[in-house]
Amino acid sequence: MIEIRNLCVRAGDFRLDNVNLSVPESGYTVLMGKTGCGKTTLLECVCGLKRAHSGSIHFGTHDVTTLRPAERGVGYVPQDGAVFSTMKVSDQLSFGPRMRGWEKSKALSRAAEIADELGIGHLLQRFPEGLSGGERQRVALGRALACRPQVLCLDEPLSALDDETRDEICDLIENLRQNHPFAALHITHSRAEAERLGDEIFLLNADGCKLLEL
Amino acid sequence: MEAVRMMAVEPYSPSKIRSDAPFLTALWGISGMYVLLIIAVLAADASYTSARDLWAALEDPNVRASIWLTLLTCTATAILSVLVSVPAGYVLARFNFPLKKIFDAILDIPIVLPPLVIGLSLLILFNQVMIGGQSIEKWIGGWMEGLHAWNENIPSGVTYKIPAIILAQFTVSCAFAVRTMRNTFEGIDPRQEEVAMTLGCGRSGAFWLIALPQAARGVIAAATLAWARALGEFGPVLVFAGATRGSTEVLATTVFLEISIGNLEGAVAVSFLMIAVAIMVLSAVRLLGMRQSV
Repeated sequence: MIEIRNLCVRAGDFRLDNVNLSVPESGYTVLMGKTGCGKTTLLECVCGLKRAHSGSIHFGTHDVTTLRPAERGVGYVPQDGAVFSTMKVSDQLSFGPRMRGWEKSKALSRAAEIADELGIGHLLQRFPEGLSGGERQRVALGRALACRPQVLCLDEPLSALDDETRDEICDLIENLRQNHPFAALHITHSRAEAERLGDEIFLLNADGCKLLEL
Repeated sequence: MEAVRMMAVEPYSPSKIRSDAPFLTALWGISGMYVLLIIAVLAADASYTSARDLWAALEDPNVRASIWLTLLTCTATAILSVLVSVPAGYVLARFNFPLKKIFDAILDIPIVLPPLVIGLSLLILFNQVMIGGQSIEKWIGGWMEGLHAWNENIPSGVTYKIPAIILAQFTVSCAFAVRTMRNTFEGIDPRQEEVAMTLGCGRSGAFWLIALPQAARGVIAAATLAWARALGEFGPVLVFAGATRGSTEVLATTVFLEISIGNLEGAVAVSFLMIAVAIMVLSAVRLLGMRQSV
């Protein structure tokens, strides 16, 4: 589903060269590597937030290398969730559908549906201030999945959570995979998290991306 | 063994840790002295005026006109400053581009230039710089004459008229508003805007729906600062708009005119009115800002 071919990215002095990686349809690929090796840059490139210097990114048969983020239809969950601080949870969850032209009533009912699925139905009228780390990550996951994306990018979504909440969110992601046919690219530093969630684990380093044996 | 134990304890001896008292005394002392200076200045004004002088100033039709013109021009300046500083601050905070440092430095020029020089520069720009054989004043004046003929309340030109007051105030105030908006947008994590863009927004949608609502307090701060700076502007207003009684007279000009005719009591009374107007407007804006942020 995600096909990264000979991707090179330049950002100031930083270079990411010759990255090749593929995530099968409905597959869950985990990307690991040292801090500063370019994992987040690679993920941002997949989302369209950073431009590729050369190489290509395909979603299925579509070449999305030069498409803007809005045109790619990717669900993106950054490290701290980056929940919208001035919006109620219901508005956050309906934001994607609204931006994609859904009617307001349909978008709100989709928000309620995904909130129930993620166990945050009781938080719909709350603002993010005062939500726990786990609740924020659930909101960020729901917001990313509300439009039923084919590609989900997660950038260390569990790194700021305590062990118990991390287990809960891992369970949640496993359950979500049953109902949502997305191909996921997940960045983590935790080997245990990678082995639990990933179908495949890739290691990113100066030589490019290498598939690790599970 | 005993010696080693002694050495380990020695660095933590309470007598070796300096007292916080000198530092805290200096902190409070320096800040307190500045607050005292401001209070002393206000007290000196208060001791030099009386309720009768204040009432006399308020009864003077020129002063009353000056108060209204001050409120009008300061509010127009604050609105224009916000309209310009929000995009300028956003550009500086979010984008890297060639010549950014020069762009940034140019935006600081009105802050560092003497106010009189800004007034003089505006005067030269509007009246001495020729475009197609005509000054900018003539170009704009010709256009405004038509509007003036349609409605007499609209000024027939810029220089030595009300638009000159607003432009002189705006040139200085906007630079402060741009700094405020830049700091505001730099303090907002761009990640939320990036997430919004992956959800179907363009850059403009991310700005209007995500960045700007978060910057609401900064917008209020920028407007307040621009308003307050505009209230205190005198030099550029004097040079570019003149000091014509009842025509281009704002409160800062009134103080100058009262001093120039030797009416020190009147000047102090008007100064007190300026302080009162400033406190009322700034308190109202702060209150509004606090209500919006709840």
